[in-house]
Amino acid sequence: MHSAAGNFCGHCGEAFDGGHHPPSYAHQRCGERMAMEPPRYCAACGRRMKVQVTPLGWTAECSRHGVVVA
Amino acid sequence: MTIQANLPSAGSTGTTAGGGYAILETARRQVLGDGIGLNQAQLEEVLRLPDEALPSALELAHQVRLRHCGEEVEVEGIISIKTGGCPEDCHFCSQSGLFDSPVRGVWLDIPELVKAAKETAATGATEFCIVAAVRGPDIKLMNQIKFAIDRITQEVDINIACSLGMLTQRQVDQLKEWGVHRYNHNLETARSYFPEVVTTHTYEERLQTCAMVKDAGMELCCGALIGMGESLEQRAELAAQLAALEPHEVPLNFLNPRPGTPLENQGIMDGKDALRAIAAFRLAMPRTVLRYAGGRELTLGDLGTRDGLLGGINAVIVGNYLTTLGRPATADLNLLVDLNMPIKELQKTL
Repeated sequence: MHSAAGNFCGHCGEAFDGGHHPPSYAHQRCGERMAMEPPRYCAACGRRMKVQVTPLGWTAECSRHGVVVA
Repeated sequence: MTIQANLPSAGSTGTTAGGGYAILETARRQVLGDGIGLNQAQLEEVLRLPDEALPSALELAHQVRLRHCGEEVEVEGIISIKTGGCPEDCHFCSQSGLFDSPVRGVWLDIPELVKAAKETAATGATEFCIVAAVRGPDIKLMNQIKFAIDRITQEVDINIACSLGMLTQRQVDQLKEWGVHRYNHNLETARSYFPEVVTTHTYEERLQTCAMVKDAGMELCCGALIGMGESLEQRAELAAQLAALEPHEVPLNFLNPRPGTPLENQGIMDGKDALRAIAAFRLAMPRTVLRYAGGRELTLGDLGTRDGLLGGINAVIVGNYLTTLGRPATADLNLLVDLNMPIKELQKTL
């Protein structure tokens, strides 16, 4: 399991500007949307993840970096 | 429940001599009093009511719900057993394999499904709906469903519903035999707008599955997705078409525009229009389970969610949806406590 923090936006999969945190303005809307959505892209490498949503939680799996659990 | 297509319309959404709205006075007599749903023309009038009439419309819809359905609220959890990669092109859906959506294909294993059913039952939910993103189930999926039903039935006290797309008669019979008590197959939108939203299958194909489900004795859950660019007339048309089907349940979804889908740039529906639709759907179907489904968090927010529960809604999907997140289950359950709305208890129907 790895942290959700990283270099890539979990919502759109694009790199954060310069890799700085908090996310750049361009990703603020992504951040807002992720309040109601699980991440779709790995924060570490930007790969699209396999995401399973259940009534009370979710899991997201990156083929390279493992599983994130809500 | 019968929809009287030829009932006279109130003719105007204007005020009466007494200061009320004519269509609401008609609805009070016809729906609340006689239990007869409004027809399409009448529903259009409800959907065109001005904002100042909305509280009255919601209050009337709430009274209709209490009189014809009772005070209980039915709670359900839904889960995707097969996500993504669907061959259909429903323009609102992030699970279509035809769009550039971030949703990847994934299958849920049975132990995780049973675990989710247990968690759902622990919230007080009486319904657990297993959903697959498919045109219709193949043998592999049907086998998975049978195995899942067997395992859940052994370990969890909850009613099982399914939503697996279009069915053959044999599949309908199998699901009934396996203990599926309710089957979901949405109309989604009005017949006149359907070709704008789906091109890979027809409205008639959807109706065929709905008819087979009902004929087999399963409860039909047949829902709507509003806010896809349909007109108010088409919204009324949809409510009337659903009412004509006489479904046991109507889940009411509001468009949550998904990235990569053809409707990704469609704006979020206005909250007051959504509340008008809730009132209209209740006045179209006084005895149907009318369930809050996807998109309400964006369209209505917390306050609007409360207004809808006091405006005709009598069922909720608890927690998350298939690919997006919902309000925390505790938020909805606490709201029901605040509103003194008891959760419907489990009654095995099959």
